[in-house]
Amino acid sequence: MQRRQLLKASAAGFAVLSAPSILRAQGTALKVGTYGGYFQESFDKHIYPDFTAATGIAVESIAEPTGEAWLVQLQQAARARQAPADVSMMAQLTRIKGERAELWAKLDEAAMPNVENLPDHFLHRYPDGALYGTGAVSWYITLVTNTETYPEAPASWQALWDPANADKLGLMSLATNSFLLEITATTFFDGTDILKTEEGILQVMDKLAEVKPNVRLWYRDEGQFQQSLETGEIPMGQYYHDVTGLAAGQGKPVRSTFPEEGAVLDSGSWVVSKASQAVEQSQIFIDYMAQPAIQAKLSRMVGTAPTVPRELTDLTDEEFMAVSSDKAPILPLYENYVDRSDWVSQMWSEKITG
Amino acid sequence: MSGAPSHTVAPRWLGLWPAVMLTLFFLAPFGIMLAVSVAKRDASGFYEWGFDPGSYARFMSAFFAKVMAVSLSVSLAAAAICVALAFPFTVFLASLGHRMQTLVLVVLLSVLALSEVIIGFSLSTLLSQTAGIGNLFHWLGLIDAPRAYTPSLFALITGLCYIGFPFAVLVLYPPVSRLDPEIVEAARVMGASGPSAFFGVIVPNLRGAIMGAFILVFVFTLGSYLLPQLLGRSEHWTLSVHITDQAVYQSNLPFAAAMSVFLMLVALALVGLASLAGRDKGAA
Repeated sequence: MQRRQLLKASAAGFAVLSAPSILRAQGTALKVGTYGGYFQESFDKHIYPDFTAATGIAVESIAEPTGEAWLVQLQQAARARQAPADVSMMAQLTRIKGERAELWAKLDEAAMPNVENLPDHFLHRYPDGALYGTGAVSWYITLVTNTETYPEAPASWQALWDPANADKLGLMSLATNSFLLEITATTFFDGTDILKTEEGILQVMDKLAEVKPNVRLWYRDEGQFQQSLETGEIPMGQYYHDVTGLAAGQGKPVRSTFPEEGAVLDSGSWVVSKASQAVEQSQIFIDYMAQPAIQAKLSRMVGTAPTVPRELTDLTDEEFMAVSSDKAPILPLYENYVDRSDWVSQMWSEKITG
Repeated sequence: MSGAPSHTVAPRWLGLWPAVMLTLFFLAPFGIMLAVSVAKRDASGFYEWGFDPGSYARFMSAFFAKVMAVSLSVSLAAAAICVALAFPFTVFLASLGHRMQTLVLVVLLSVLALSEVIIGFSLSTLLSQTAGIGNLFHWLGLIDAPRAYTPSLFALITGLCYIGFPFAVLVLYPPVSRLDPEIVEAARVMGASGPSAFFGVIVPNLRGAIMGAFILVFVFTLGSYLLPQLLGRSEHWTLSVHITDQAVYQSNLPFAAAMSVFLMLVALALVGLASLAGRDKGAA
């Protein structure tokens, strides 16, 4: 018994001493930034320890502030050739703004074989074709209802426009987080192509403005809507698929529906600051995260939709449905909100929430 | 005076302390805000220093004129209601025993410790369809079915008054409690009825304090950005809500700063007008 323990202990000790050779060479841990709070806690618990065990690269977990503050910090630090984080999880708007400022390091695809698993919309490239980022985590925004008020689940986003639902909806208050323009365009204008011109956007806004009599709450605070949805005070709206599923699992009378037009797929992406001294290690991390097994683990442990196709993962039907759907998603036109940011926000205030 | 020992309690240089603090923590941030409001907006990131009046120009639109009008009328209404409630309340409070007065003031002060979020959520529950007073009215047979009273202008003003009321009482209490009761007695002796003594003697005597309470509640509620989101409909969103949207969600700090400067100028102008009106008759 003594011997077995000694063997185990020395094996573990040997692993610890020998594995972090890459780390030793660099002298520091790989700094990975994720949104502070739930994401960071989940990654600290479920992802980083296994990553370090598998690759020998230690991770220093960084909490990113919300909004665009992190982008500004990375930009200012990069001017001083500093990188507060090597790899960062970025929301799509800030990812694109960083791309425009050429803030992200170009990555070597040959060093990241697993990245091939990702669909095109999760491979972010500079205009010259060089890869600089990949999809990290994704989640769905769906049509949610209170099951007591609506015994039958609505089948289409058109339910939002139904005069029978007057004063019953809770919708997100910004064009850039609700993606209601994309939803409206897909539901009534055969897809999001119409949003590529300003006249088209105004046409879609006019259609969307028709839901106003039905909207009771344009929410910024998720807690406020979730509480109202659970009590039936505001029995229909748009919300996160995974969170709604968790609430339903706790016995709350709520359901999340993937409408026939599809649900909105929003996501965060991995990018590497060009000031980073650890691009190679960053690539190892991004490659690691693109493995189907890791994506399946994220779905099970964190509740995100896998960024890789379902067939590659070993998720059961139940596990997959809890976080995703086979229906084609509605993909947000993030570029619109970067290129026409002030115009869209002004029109949105005047025509939709105003 | 030279050589004579100073009779003031505090040495004169002590006045430097508030002056330095005021410069450091009020004037300097305000100067930065002014500078940001004319900075050049960089859509892909943040802003660059410069002189670009674009943010002010954008504000000059029918849409923001409407938002400004909503902000001002909501705050003016809240201030008027608060003072209308707080003044008679304070006069009544001053007539109570000492212990009772202390108790009531402590309870009022404790309201100030509540955050806007708590007040907003409590009121939205109280006024909701599923758990609110609508159910009570329904049970009493006053209405056919339970209904929600939030989000609405009524809910928003209620929330703002809840926050503003203690401030109004605290501003009114010292002058009201110092008011010489003999003035009222004199009026009554001269044959004034209760209400006419109240409106003809007490109110004019405390004109300055009433105006002070009004201004304080007005300015205080003007900056509220949580309650309009929690209790109001989108047409009741105040300028402060739009400032938050621009600063936090659109990363358009120049525009947010320009709106803040504008809001402050309009508030200052109104406060100036109000205090002129309050000083008019030189009472209190």
